Amino acid sequence: MFAYVIRRALYAIPILIGVNLITFVLFFVVNTPDDMARMHLGMKRVTADAIEKWKAERGYDRPLLYNRQADGAERVTATIFYDKSVRLFAFDFGSSDAGRDIGQDISQRMWPSLAIALPTFLIGLLVYISFAMLLAFFRGTYLDISGVTLCVILMSISGLFYIIAGQYVFSKLLHLVPVSGYEPGWLAWRFILLPVAIGVFAGIGSSSRWYRTIFLEEINRDYVRTARAKGLPEGRLLFGHVLKNAMVPILTGVVVVLPTLFMGSLIMESFFGIPGLGSYTIEAIQKQDFAIVRAMVFLGSALYILGLLLTDLSYTLVDPRIRLS
Amino acid sequence: MIQPVILWTDALIFVLLAVVFSFALYARNKEHLRAPWREVVRSRMAVASLVVLTVYTVTGLLDSVHFRKALPMHEGQQEVQYSGDVLSLLDELLGDMRTQVEKTYSSPFAMHLYTRESVIGDDGEQYRTFPRLEYGGVHLANREERSADIALRTGQALFQAVAVMLVLSVLLAAWLAKRWNLSLAAALRRILRGESDVPWRTAIAAIFIFAFIVTLTANLANVYHVFGTDKVGKDVLYQTIKSIRTGLVIGTLTTLVMLPFAVFLGMTAGYFRGWVDDVIQYLYTTLNSIPGVLLIAATVLMMQVYMDNHPELFETMAERADLRLLFLCLILGITSWTGLCRLLRGETLKLRELDYVQAADAFGVPKSTILVRHLLPNLLHLVLIAVVIDFSGLVLAEAVLSYVGVGVDPTTMSWGNMINRARLEMAREPMVWWSLLAAFSFMFTLVLAANLFSDVVRDAFDPRLRAQR
Repeated sequence: MFAYVIRRALYAIPILIGVNLITFVLFFVVNTPDDMARMHLGMKRVTADAIEKWKAERGYDRPLLYNRQADGAERVTATIFYDKSVRLFAFDFGSSDAGRDIGQDISQRMWPSLAIALPTFLIGLLVYISFAMLLAFFRGTYLDISGVTLCVILMSISGLFYIIAGQYVFSKLLHLVPVSGYEPGWLAWRFILLPVAIGVFAGIGSSSRWYRTIFLEEINRDYVRTARAKGLPEGRLLFGHVLKNAMVPILTGVVVVLPTLFMGSLIMESFFGIPGLGSYTIEAIQKQDFAIVRAMVFLGSALYILGLLLTDLSYTLVDPRIRLS
Repeated sequence: MIQPVILWTDALIFVLLAVVFSFALYARNKEHLRAPWREVVRSRMAVASLVVLTVYTVTGLLDSVHFRKALPMHEGQQEVQYSGDVLSLLDELLGDMRTQVEKTYSSPFAMHLYTRESVIGDDGEQYRTFPRLEYGGVHLANREERSADIALRTGQALFQAVAVMLVLSVLLAAWLAKRWNLSLAAALRRILRGESDVPWRTAIAAIFIFAFIVTLTANLANVYHVFGTDKVGKDVLYQTIKSIRTGLVIGTLTTLVMLPFAVFLGMTAGYFRGWVDDVIQYLYTTLNSIPGVLLIAATVLMMQVYMDNHPELFETMAERADLRLLFLCLILGITSWTGLCRLLRGETLKLRELDYVQAADAFGVPKSTILVRHLLPNLLHLVLIAVVIDFSGLVLAEAVLSYVGVGVDPTTMSWGNMINRARLEMAREPMVWWSLLAAFSFMFTLVLAANLFSDVVRDAFDPRLRAQR
């Protein structure tokens, strides 16, 4: 088991290196730092001095891969690649183009993101699975058919609509919750309520339908027929057997997203003015702060890979047939 | 005098059309490909959504034939100068909707502006009022006449739609009567009773609804702003209709772009295994582990920098916006091919062990021939299902990306841009809701039709599902 974890963790390293190389090529080779400087300073009236100054302030004035002027180890370390890309492996994100410490920003803004994403995830899971179980229980009846039709309709509506409509109805018309904003501590629940509710609701269509397919696939198996033939009540059959066996495909989709919950949701956070990592990213994109976007790409990938690792481990917990070796 | 303009996406759309057409020709004589399609068109749901999709597609295609009009000649001018505005056939069909621009917001069917303005009256006094629109409802003397006018025009539209439907159903019945060897009346009866294999009755009903919408628009849109006007006074309905093309381009070209990658890499990984498989798996795991939105955002940002630094590459604004749209499709394609690739790899791994492939191998058939002749046809249904399922997701994704600011060019008309602008309008007092409603309802219709259609297609093509039912 332990050896397996180690091996999987080692397997993640080349992938992370790949991600790092992709971001490096994307951010420094496709466009040179000069282009970025020109973009930031405005297109017209850019002097060579201003560009040099902008680059020097942010450490973009070094060679990309190999520094001929430096000595010894400095030849490799005094480069943009080492400074901006290799350091990411130690989760040292450096400072943003606007001069702020990215690592500190992330550790601060992680919590509001989590406060939204975790309840959305947990409540969502509960709601979707219960709804899907309900549909599976009544499979083939009008309840099932109308439920599935409802799912298709719900998943055809843009997520933006749920947010805009929810904000309008619950905040502007009914004044139940504030439109946007955030407050640390226990008082945050007022600001969290609506985003969580909308987040859960927006996912009902696609998720419930997906879980329903999983359940139906399981229901058509032989062991279910045997259990039913032996006189097991349908309810116990569903919860005791089908749900248990459906856990494997469910876990595949669910555990992967667990670590990425830290990243928050771009759309939700920016609509509700939550100072989390999602809105952090969106602001960076809109201000074209490349350093932050780069850091978030790396962080997101690292968390995703962690999710893959956790998925593999979780299999052993729910399915005794799977032995990791 | 006009000068045709072929934008990059136009060219690719017609390439796609050619691909679809040649696939249809190829599939015409293959029973195993025809049978699922026959099953698809037997479903009432599929036929109704097919009508919706056809209407959208035709609109999109009309909007993909672009040209520039010649400017009027000056005295002594030798060469013909062309206008910088790139128009499409659809613009011509929509007539005055493009040019009937008001001053600012006006609500649907309004005759007056939505905001008060200072107006100097006939007596020289200045007072604040809602001024009359320049184009919306100018043929009416006062507000009381409006409901009667709208009712009259709706009646006319209904009449025209019924006429269109009748003509179409008789034509259809005549055609089917020939095929079924029945008299015209008998064929008509068969259709209307819903006894035909293909649910023609549903198709006629769907066509009628759409004919009514089209005639209604035709009757109302040139004298009213049916969906109001936006901040700079442009007709919202016109923008929504023009957005159809953007949605379709993103939904279809993205898959067209990613298909070669996904099919080629997935098949080679599954067939050759060994180090080829390792490399390809590494490639898609790496790409897959970067969060999609972030990769798209990063790439679009970089592309923006590149385009800003090379303004000389684009002759007109439309070309620039179009290239950005194409890049967006490319980027979306790069981030979305991994799922299909993995699926095809798994399926190829299974197929290559089958007897007929082994036999072909033993006979010394070249590997490339095995891939193309023996494996590819057996993977086509997976590809088709993936294309159809991805479509609706991509249309929805466009809206989100434009909202984040990494979507299509702000000058391109798209539902995402409309929603993005509508966000500020919602905060106004009184609220401006019509452009939001227009964008959402057009988008919803398209996505719902695509979802329903893809369900039927998947059920018909996936043999695994078929066995289950």
